[in-house]
Amino acid sequence: MNFAPFLFLASLEGLVQAAVLCLTAVGLSLVFGVMRVVNVAHGEFFMLGAVLAWWLASLTPGHAAFGFALALVIAPALVGAVALAADRLILKRLDYRPEATIVATIGLLYVIQQTALLTFGPDARPVEAPFYFRVQFPWFGYSGHKLLVVAAAAAVLLAAWYVIAKTRIGLVMRATRFDRDTARAFGINVHRVYAAVFAVGAMFAAVGAVLVVPVRQAHYLMGLDPLLLSFIVVIIGGLGSIRGTVVAAILIGFSDGLISVFFSPTLAKMASTLLVALVLVFKPQGLFAVQSR
Amino acid sequence: MMLSVEHLNAFYGGSQALREVSLAVGAGEVLCLFGRNGAGKSTTLKAVMGLVQAGGSVRLAGRELSALAAHEVARLGIGYVPQGRRLFAELTVAENLEIGLMARRAPGRSSPDSAQIKADVLALFPPLAPRLGQPSGTLSGGEQQMLAMARALCLEPSVLLLDEPTEGLMPSMIATIREVITELRARGVAILLVEQRVEAVLPVADRVAFIENGRIREVVGVEQLRAAPQLWQRYVGVGAED
Repeated sequence: MNFAPFLFLASLEGLVQAAVLCLTAVGLSLVFGVMRVVNVAHGEFFMLGAVLAWWLASLTPGHAAFGFALALVIAPALVGAVALAADRLILKRLDYRPEATIVATIGLLYVIQQTALLTFGPDARPVEAPFYFRVQFPWFGYSGHKLLVVAAAAAVLLAAWYVIAKTRIGLVMRATRFDRDTARAFGINVHRVYAAVFAVGAMFAAVGAVLVVPVRQAHYLMGLDPLLLSFIVVIIGGLGSIRGTVVAAILIGFSDGLISVFFSPTLAKMASTLLVALVLVFKPQGLFAVQSR
Repeated sequence: MMLSVEHLNAFYGGSQALREVSLAVGAGEVLCLFGRNGAGKSTTLKAVMGLVQAGGSVRLAGRELSALAAHEVARLGIGYVPQGRRLFAELTVAENLEIGLMARRAPGRSSPDSAQIKADVLALFPPLAPRLGQPSGTLSGGEQQMLAMARALCLEPSVLLLDEPTEGLMPSMIATIREVITELRARGVAILLVEQRVEAVLPVADRVAFIENGRIREVVGVEQLRAAPQLWQRYVGVGAED
């Protein structure tokens, strides 16, 4: 049996998985890094993105690409608005205390999930891919949409890197992440930064969901897997480290893709969880820990 | 007075850290706040900045600040050099200065010439100029202190709060800090300075306030203080020449 086509296919699947995971986990890492908030509801923002993508696509007449393009813009914006409201109404009132916000975001998880169930129903809903074309490789053809997912995720992550590393907005975020009190003493409105970061973190998850929903279908319980995998990635990469998160997402995404293709998806999750356990035992601060005060 | 503080009371949990603290610093004046560890020196500066919730009144050139958040206080032109410098260690020297310049660009103050402000600040601290691209956490202790002051001066503050600026510094660096304080005083900046090392800053002080158990006990002129050395022993536990 020729092993190469299977390995190549598994790598492609791993790449798609890694791309979506990068987006979702970077959102979670950003929120933890800057705000020190462990957002247990992060997976629900992913789910909300997918559900809204289905809703927007089903409302849009004409070619599926129009609905998809509309969803790619509107769904993350709506999810960002929900996150902004959650920040103002819940997290800010708790003064972003780590323990209190964990409990609050658990509550938020159920509120969003059950609201989706009540309004959207229990069925999985397919979203049509924006286009159907196959990229022909020597052994097989592969979904062009999946490769688009990888390219779009890479573009979003590059843009995020540019904003964080090269702009004044990013400078304010990095200063706030490092030392909240000193940032306040230098004119930075920390609460405004937190609100923006919480919204943007949720939007990252929503963008990942919209990109991948034509492959996976939208369902009100679909937030759990991205949440678990994002936590795995963020812990392995180092809490709050964007670079570590991207590296760990690629590692976990690839291993998940490879093990799922060659063995089973369940074994893939077991391997990821084992890796987290090893990291927690031997390098509890993660592979790329970041400094903060 | 450029900065006036009246009846400040602050609490950490159930413990009262400041009791009816009242102070005033005029433009071009250096007021040194001395006291033992835990007397309330740093808390006074934090309360002025709005970093610690406090009852009472803080006014900047007559404008009441006590209801404002810390970031709004900074934007009005109060520069703060915290104890231990608290630089953004992962950010470069230039980025730390940019944080100060961004606060200076806040609405409500005249439009700044950022390049000129940066050049002026670097002229006060020449060793920083070749290190603009270096992460600030990798600077020496003296350079970090210079950067902490430079960052605050990028706000073009009318009031500067300095918390133990000579802590852990070599004598030559302390002399540099003194020269900068003298220069700022000449430019009309009101300076409220907290210090443990009496001899390090007394030469640049105009008046001295002693704080004990969160309460201001005495406020005296430097000349008056030299004539009454027993005050040092009473409130700081050392002689003026120690």
